[in-house]
Amino acid sequence: MGTREVISTGNDLAAKAAVDAGCRFFGGYPITPSSEVMHTISDLLPAVGGTAIQMEDEIAGVAAAVGAGMAGVRTMTATSGPGISLKAENLGLAQMAEVPLVVVNVMRGGPSTGLPTRVSQGDVRQAKNPSHGDYRSITLCAGNLAECYTEVVRAFNLADRFMQPVFVLTDETLGHMHGKAMLPTQEEVAAGIVPRKRFDGAPEDYRPYECEGDQPAVLNPMFEGYRYHFTGLHHDAKGFPTEEIETCRKLIQRLEDKVMMHTDEIELNEEFMLDDMNGEEGEVLLIAYGSVSLAAKEAIRHLRAQGIKAGLFRPITLWPSPADSIKKYTDMIKNVLCVELNIRQYTEEVERVSGRLDIEGLYKVNGRAISPHEIVEKVKEVF
Amino acid sequence: MAFNYDKYLRLEKMPTLWCWGCGDGVILKAFVRAIDKLGIDQNDVCVVSGIGCSGRFSSYVDFNTVHTTHGRTVAFATGVKLANPDKYVICVAGDGDALAIGGNHTIHGARRNIDITLIIINNFIYGLTNSQTSPTTPQGMWTVSQKAGNIDPTFDACELGIAAGASFVARESMLDPKKLEKVFVKAIQHKGFSYLDILSNCHINLGRKNQMQSAMENLEWIDSITIPKKKYDALSEEEKLNYFPTGILKEDTNAREYCDMYKDIIAVHQGKRSKITQDDFEKKI
Repeated sequence: MGTREVISTGNDLAAKAAVDAGCRFFGGYPITPSSEVMHTISDLLPAVGGTAIQMEDEIAGVAAAVGAGMAGVRTMTATSGPGISLKAENLGLAQMAEVPLVVVNVMRGGPSTGLPTRVSQGDVRQAKNPSHGDYRSITLCAGNLAECYTEVVRAFNLADRFMQPVFVLTDETLGHMHGKAMLPTQEEVAAGIVPRKRFDGAPEDYRPYECEGDQPAVLNPMFEGYRYHFTGLHHDAKGFPTEEIETCRKLIQRLEDKVMMHTDEIELNEEFMLDDMNGEEGEVLLIAYGSVSLAAKEAIRHLRAQGIKAGLFRPITLWPSPADSIKKYTDMIKNVLCVELNIRQYTEEVERVSGRLDIEGLYKVNGRAISPHEIVEKVKEVF
Repeated sequence: MAFNYDKYLRLEKMPTLWCWGCGDGVILKAFVRAIDKLGIDQNDVCVVSGIGCSGRFSSYVDFNTVHTTHGRTVAFATGVKLANPDKYVICVAGDGDALAIGGNHTIHGARRNIDITLIIINNFIYGLTNSQTSPTTPQGMWTVSQKAGNIDPTFDACELGIAAGASFVARESMLDPKKLEKVFVKAIQHKGFSYLDILSNCHINLGRKNQMQSAMENLEWIDSITIPKKKYDALSEEEKLNYFPTGILKEDTNAREYCDMYKDIIAVHQGKRSKITQDDFEKKI
């Protein structure tokens, strides 16, 4: 794999990744700490013939982005927690109508207006179910500058593969962090683009929503002779509203199964210094994601220097959760510490999939980052 | 020979869910005739609707169609249009859709002057959800959410469109299908945001409790409150309070269209022109 070294910020890298991944439309609204994504992409998109528009509100930002997605182009919006709250209804429409979209959420302190300029991971639970009803969210979480780029690229391909919105969570720390990142080349990214499937048969044979129970809809671009219907209502094979019992059941079950039967295509984790762990007494498993994982890695180096064998399991795909992988390590290692910039939002998922209720946690919700030192002290305190 | 609608309708979706005597069908037919008259390929049209009775409009016509969330038609349509500036994008919204929950998008679509035709089917009530007050419900009428009588001041949809900057603003009612067809033709041809306040009846959920139980009575009321713009202009200020002017109320063919202006942004970023400055615009503030 060719690499290139860049000096940039997380927000700029997210914008660059989108354009390199073939995004040609951005609809957004200013919100701290994500605004720089819009600032940068509003220069980059017109340069490649695309469009970036600042809409009148968060709702319109995502609506325009979904509209462009319905028309057939790769599309993105970026925001922070309050923006997701406003966008939620239209994210639900995109789930229901199966419109691919990438949503970058640069997390800040919440709830409500919260701490606009400070870091948090308080939107992890929100990302799982931002809108009402049954569907499976796909949520990726960048853990360093390079991943602000690579996870956005991955999100575009996943959105087209699964035909639904894909979240990329970053946070204020990563969004505004300025530093070096090793990235794949633009040529490699372009070569890796897997566009959404399309139907090439006769228009009269086209059934966009008639597919296998574990597969997404096949939505052709607009204006190419395949005239069909998008709706947020329960719909039939051609997209038209229906209340027919079996059609309704199958549709919602398919929204579940198209994701949950293919989690292997979505799951991505980092296992940091776990390869020498084997369940011996005193070993410590840290579970952390996002910018917190940077502190966790530094803490592990300190702990190991002090003779404590510690390692990190870092989910990069948060939803659907890497259940089997988490269980593998929580079955093996007794001392488990989750570190989050929220209160137990992912710990509860770790408890659920591990079946353990003795998971320790270090949580911080004052808008400040967690330091390696705090993690080291917590490990020494609880284990 | 009578006009054949079949080509433009999704016949398998008929009959519509609209009530017997509803004006929405008259509006739909006039729209279809306008598209036919203009000779526009069905594949080149996208119809975007919102929520309410008017929301079902998009599912009955055989174009690229989108049934969006409540009030967001213009916002979704903006994405469709900007991604396809050479295609025809038509929004169909109700009065609650366009003027209450989606009021912000209506305002800003008009302000940008993006080349979208917004057809507001204005029946003065929330019909689908059974008679709640809409922004256009006349004061003093009965609604299920104001059974003592509506006190909320009434919106003049066209005044809003004009003030917000739509470059084509017109009002007609479903009483005159020929005029409707003509205004649709003009609106779709117009390059810029075309804003249409199309008055329709809802004798079921507006009329029943407001002494207009039949479609005919409801239509007679619409007839009694509308007057061609020329005649309206000659009325005294006091008399004007009882009427809505019909016809083309604003037509500005010089206003620059948004997708067209965005081409300048692309040209700047591709090094094909200098940066946009205030000198590029007649209006300086």
